[in-house]
Parts: sequence; structure tokens; C-alpha cells
Amino acid sequence: MTEFLLEYLPILIFFGIASAMGIAFLVLPALIAPSDPDPDKTAAYECGFNAFEDARIKFDVRFYLVAILFIIFDLEVAFLFPWAATLIEMPDATRAFAFFSMLVFLGILTVGFIYEWRKGALEWE
Amino acid sequence: MYGFFENMMGPHWGHFTASVLHVLIIMIALLLSLAYLLLADRKIWAAVQMRKGPNVVGPFGLLQSFADFFKFVFKEIVIPAGADRPLFILAPFLTFVLAFISWAVIPAGPGLAVSDINVGILYLFAISSLGVYGIIIGGWASNSKYPFLGALRSAAQMVSYEVSIGFIIITVLLLVGSLNLSDIVEAQAGGIWHWHAFMLTWPNIVLLPVLFPMLVIFFVSALAETNRPPFDLPEAESELVAGYQVEYSSTPYLLFMIGEYLNIVLMSAMTVILFLGGWHSPLPFPPFEWIPPVFWFALKIVLVFFMFAMVKAMVPRYRYDQLMRLGWKVFLPTSLVAVVLVGGYVALTGGPA
Repeated sequence: MTEFLLEYLPILIFFGIASAMGIAFLVLPALIAPSDPDPDKTAAYECGFNAFEDARIKFDVRFYLVAILFIIFDLEVAFLFPWAATLIEMPDATRAFAFFSMLVFLGILTVGFIYEWRKGALEWE
Repeated sequence: MYGFFENMMGPHWGHFTASVLHVLIIMIALLLSLAYLLLADRKIWAAVQMRKGPNVVGPFGLLQSFADFFKFVFKEIVIPAGADRPLFILAPFLTFVLAFISWAVIPAGPGLAVSDINVGILYLFAISSLGVYGIIIGGWASNSKYPFLGALRSAAQMVSYEVSIGFIIITVLLLVGSLNLSDIVEAQAGGIWHWHAFMLTWPNIVLLPVLFPMLVIFFVSALAETNRPPFDLPEAESELVAGYQVEYSSTPYLLFMIGEYLNIVLMSAMTVILFLGGWHSPLPFPPFEWIPPVFWFALKIVLVFFMFAMVKAMVPRYRYDQLMRLGWKVFLPTSLVAVVLVGGYVALTGGPA
């Protein structure tokens, strides 16, 4: 167990050093760069005039739809990873079975994909 | 290096010190190569447009990136009055750190990965999914319209292409049978005709019409995933000024830019590892074998990066509906079919010998 966790230690070290470097970059200009804020400078950018309203406006529902579809397909990919990594090592007798059982799963998802396509969930006009 | 420190300082502290040094070496090498890849990007772009490009700082402009770095550091950090201050600073920091830590598992040569974990490709997939957060937090925290719309577009675009990248990775995993990046590279040993993109050995040659298009689709998806032209809609100047980066200045902007370019180089590295034989030389005999593996790995990354730069210079920008159609209606079904075809081949023959 310790051996296994030790493999991940360098990632933690990497994270620590990268964070330290990022913080250093962010602190550096605070120390050596001028700081002279005024209301015109800190106003939100809007092509020359002052902003009329809050920027967090309503947006198109299709962005939600893309996010939901992404969750479905990304989970599907994550589910395929262990199957893809082990298929080649299986004995000849069970390999065909493993392949076709995953084909059934992919088939069900393809039916769902065709449905959302026909319903126009993928249309961006 | 690990052995030396473990002898000197005991197994635990020696391993720790060696790891820290290894990480530092990789980070410095990455930042230095990034400085010159950035310059190369601008020079190639300039050459295509018959300009000279940056040529003032140092001979042939070789020190341009360092001059730019100091310019960023000496600028004032402007935080918009309406912005969510902690999140506004967190966003570029997140992009920067995530872009760096994905390099922990990349094997630049045999045994050279900082952390050769057995789920390397899953780790990369997870980190690149997290990359969306930096952009969407940055766009939201700015409390300004252009960054908000740019972040929405960017997030939708990145997640769309993430899916087809996932399926393409699956096709390679089916042939290798391991999630370890070094194993994926080792499976392509023995010359260019063993690389996944150009399988020419019998009977694997039947996979060539499947795997070579997968390389092309992976490359195009990588362009979209990193918001590079022709898919740079989140920062289309004529519509959204600079997308999620509009309100950023000084080093927060620099962190965004370093993160973006690191992700581009990471995508080049993934293309090389998955399809172009990683650190292996194209011809498995001298004099090609005399050149160290790290050099081959770097050379292939530079070649893929050159393609990135040429595409930026030559291809006109896509429209947003075309981009979404390409991702969901062309790449997703194509890569799904490829997964079934490669899976069927492995199930039938027991995989490439």
C-alpha cells in the first residue's frame, strides 16, 4: 500500500512546486509594479461606454444541453476504460463475449444518441 | 539520480529530494522550451504572412519571450470593480497549475516520467477535464459581458471535443491493453511501421484505414480542445474582443497564456505518445538509434507543434454552429465506430502480436 501511494508522491510534489511558482508570479507585480486604480480603469470593459446592467445575463439553454450530453458521453468513456485495458488479455473463449456485451451497451447509447439527434438537441443555428 | 540520493540520504528522504529535483528540472525545461515555442509560433505565423516577426530583442528576436515576461511582471494588476476578487485571481492560477501537473506522467524517455503511475492516461483525461474550470471561473468572476460569453462558448467547445478525444484514446488502449503511458510507447517499439498511426505489419495493416484517420481526428480535436485557430471562437476578436481574458492584465494574464501554451504542447505530446511512437526512433537501426530517445520525443513534439502553428496561419476561423456540428455529428459517431472496429479486431485476433 505504501509503495503504491509512493508512486503518487511526485504528483503531489509537482502540484506543490507549480502552486508555489504560480503564487510567486501573482505576488511579484504586487511588489514591483505600480498600483494606481481609479474608477475608469476598474470599470468592466464594454466598448467605450459604462455598463448598463449586471453582466451575468440569461444565456442560451443549449449550453446546458451540451453540458448534460457531455456528462453522459464522458461517463461512457470512463466506463469503457477498464474494458479497453483488459480486452486484449482475456482468454480466447471469453473475449468474444466481452466484446459483444460491450457492444450491447454501446448500442443502447447509440439509440439515445440517434434520438437526441432527431430531436434537434445538436442543432446550433 | 534516484540511486545517488537514496544512498546519500536514506531511502525516504533521498527519494523525496530526487523527486523534487526531477520535478524542478522538468518544470524549467518546460518553461524554457515554452519561451522558444512561443517565439517559433509567432515566427511561423509571420513567415506565412511574409512578415519578419519579432526580430528586435536579441539576435533574430531570440530573447523576445523573456522581454515579454518582464513586461508582464512590471505591469499593474487591474481587478475590475464588479469582479469576484478571490475567484478572479484563482482562475488563472488554476489554469496554470493544472497545465503543469499533467506533465508529471508524461514519459520523455524510458523511465523518465516523474510519476510512472499505472493509470497515466486516465490521470491525463481527468486533469484535462478539470481545465475547463479555470476558463469558466475566469469568465464568470470578471463580471463583464465579453468574458462571460467567451467562457460559455469555450466551456461548451472544450467539453464537446473532450468526448471524441476520449473515444480515440480508447481505440489506442484496446491495442495496448494498458493505461500506463510507458506501456503505450513500448507497444510501438521497432520502427515507424509499428507506430499506431502507420501500422504496416501483417495482419495489423487492416487497422491502417481506421487508425490513421483517428490521428487526424485527434489532431483536429486537440486544436478545438486548446482553443487554437481555426477553433478560437472564445476569443474571436471581431465578436468577443478576447473572450474570457478581456479583463485580465499583468501576471494573471501571463498565467493564462502559459497554461494555454502548455496545454498545446501537452496535446502535441499526447499525439506523439498515442500515435507517433513516443521516444522511439523511426528506423530501428544506427545511426538513428545513436540519437538519445529524449531527442526523438522532443523532435516529434516540435513537429506536431509546427502543424499547430501552420494551421493557425493558414486556416480561416470556423463558425460556432459548424464547430458544434463537426464535434457532435462527425467526430463523435466516427470515433464511436472506430472503437467498435478496433474492439472487433482485438476480439477476433487477440490483438496485435
